[in-house]
Amino acid sequence: MDFAAAAALRGLRGLVRTVDWLTFPLYLEDCLALANPLWSVREPRGRVEAVRRETPDATTLVVRPGWGWRGHLPGQYVRVGVELDGVLHWRPYSLTSPPGAHGGRVSITVKATPDGRVSRHLAHRTTVGTVLRLGPAQGRLVLGRRPPGRLLFLTAGSGITPVMGVLRTLVARGGPADVVMVHSAPTRQDVIFGAELRELAARCPGFRLHEHFTRGGAGTRPRLAMAEVAELCPDWRERETWACGPAGMLDDAERHWNRHGRADSLRMERVRPVLPPLAGGTEKEGRVRFIRSGAEAEADAVTPLLAVGESIGLVMPSGCRMGICFGCVVPLRYGKVRDLRTGWLHGEEGDLIQTCVSAAAGPVAIEL
Amino acid sequence: MSTAIVQLSDSDIEAFGAELDRIREDFLAERGESDARYIRRLIAVRRGLEAGGRAALAVSLLPPAWAAGTAMLAAARILDNAEIGHSVLHGQWDWMRDPRIHSTTWKWDLLASEAAWQRGHNDNHHVWTNVVGKDRDFGVMILRLSHEQAWRPYHLAQPLYFALLSPFFDWVLAVYELEFDAVREGRKSVGTYLQDTGALLARAARRAAREYVLFPLLSGPSALPCLLGNVSADVIRNVWIQSVIFVGHFHTDVETFTEEQAADESRGDWYVRQLLGTANFEGPPWLHIASGTLSHQIEHHLFPDLPNNRLPQIASRVRALCEKYRLPYTTGSLAGQLVSSWKRIFRYALPTRPVPLPGRTRAPGSTVE
Repeated sequence: MDFAAAAALRGLRGLVRTVDWLTFPLYLEDCLALANPLWSVREPRGRVEAVRRETPDATTLVVRPGWGWRGHLPGQYVRVGVELDGVLHWRPYSLTSPPGAHGGRVSITVKATPDGRVSRHLAHRTTVGTVLRLGPAQGRLVLGRRPPGRLLFLTAGSGITPVMGVLRTLVARGGPADVVMVHSAPTRQDVIFGAELRELAARCPGFRLHEHFTRGGAGTRPRLAMAEVAELCPDWRERETWACGPAGMLDDAERHWNRHGRADSLRMERVRPVLPPLAGGTEKEGRVRFIRSGAEAEADAVTPLLAVGESIGLVMPSGCRMGICFGCVVPLRYGKVRDLRTGWLHGEEGDLIQTCVSAAAGPVAIEL
Repeated sequence: MSTAIVQLSDSDIEAFGAELDRIREDFLAERGESDARYIRRLIAVRRGLEAGGRAALAVSLLPPAWAAGTAMLAAARILDNAEIGHSVLHGQWDWMRDPRIHSTTWKWDLLASEAAWQRGHNDNHHVWTNVVGKDRDFGVMILRLSHEQAWRPYHLAQPLYFALLSPFFDWVLAVYELEFDAVREGRKSVGTYLQDTGALLARAARRAAREYVLFPLLSGPSALPCLLGNVSADVIRNVWIQSVIFVGHFHTDVETFTEEQAADESRGDWYVRQLLGTANFEGPPWLHIASGTLSHQIEHHLFPDLPNNRLPQIASRVRALCEKYRLPYTTGSLAGQLVSSWKRIFRYALPTRPVPLPGRTRAPGSTVE
């Protein structure tokens, strides 16, 4: 039966391809999308069906994906394309819904950052009915079919979002067997999904929640120390740990797990692009040449080449925009680039560089 | 014509260029959501017209359906080639960063390959506008349109073959972009030429299968009228597109330039050459869209990367500038411009002798005979 269905699907795809070959340069789906924008495979889109305010600056968007959507795994993120002043901006957001839930709808949770035009627009100005562009689900930090028995989630701020997709999947599969979550936020009100987490902790014996507040009451400390994590979760060495949050916390965690020889049990996902470590322009400003498109642009030592290309209207391949997914790699033709996370100066002709975390160090040409 | 420009000093020309730069910056600052909406809506209209045209031609045994279907299909094709295709391939919409409305990915419903056309049009024609020997639109084609081109006896027949070729304009354009002249001059290898020719034939075969086999067959009893409708839509598109292109540069008052004149141009000189080398035509708003805004050929040549929908607004400022600097601004009704362009075709069909006049911005070919 499965075989027959697969053959029928193959046949249908073959037919669509033949029709497309014949109707080039116009595709059948381009005309169908006039009736419903979700009916497009080449240009996957999703319609916002519900908007839920989680905290004053975080909003969950429940999205019905169209034809081009191929599903996701718990822990993955999706690139969301949104138009601001006519310009299409792509940003990655974690999928917070378990796969296959809500009749095929997916949810993303967007935290508005003070300097983020796109995140503020998505969090505060998106209404039900808005149509967003969607990329494919991406990210290799995913929950397998048979998850490890004991987990530690170490999260802070919006770093809770990728973990939430995993936690909800575990709940849907019958409840987490043994999960400890240590979460940091400025105040209790700032905890995204706070009510749901507390309710789950009260109801489910396999889930323990520790919230750490860095602001507000007496006795609060600016940042959770790793020694405290060890106190809250004494068996942390035996657990697979998923850490997700700002760079400072992740660097602490990495050092801590390394020192105790447990680096292999720590899995990390950064939530914000790492800020350049360069203080002031020690490097001379450069000029970037985009070989294939023939474009050129001035670039300073702290702006990623991805942003430089986008600012002059090029369609740059991109993914996570924080140096993880390698969706943006492009061959370097000449010049040197600086890795904005480490400050490392590198680059030989032909090197595949990550444009989202590489800035020009002097004149640079990339194959794009 | 254009006796006034001889009096323009270097500083006048630079000031003129600076003012044009300012116009450009003003519009770049304003560019945004409404422009994006314009091109998206236009693309939707073009798709709707194509779908509607196909549906009507499927029942085109009924004469009104045939007329409506043919008209819709012709309109869809004209929009596709001119107002949409031409502007997208110019990169006018690249700022939107939409990977499907981008100069590097766009495909149009013409036989000429997008990449070859971009090379020939954007890199050559828009840079070397009306420079005889450089601008391939002048001097390589079988048409003779200026004194600088040597006269050959076959030019006597140019009004005739220009008219006869116009229903096949998409083929003329595609063959032109293969650049046989470049192969002769050794700028293009025979291998590449043959490869490009193969690609063109494959594209033409696919298009023929769609227009002359698939859709007529899908129309069942209406197969024959559907085929006729498809052919008519192509012919209407070809004649129309050739006409609106041709009035832009071949108008009688449009000047040509020598390579020496274009050699050490400043930005201001370049602007002046673009202005003198092009002509507009006037008409209602639909005419601007139907002509791919080539009705504002002058503004398009001054600012090739500004979105088409902005050119009519820019025109009033450009015109005011031309009056201020007493530079000619060639415009008129479409019919008048067509007559003028045809006059030029007839005039240069006969042998003429060049009367060179010195002058930096003045073209030798622009003298009154």
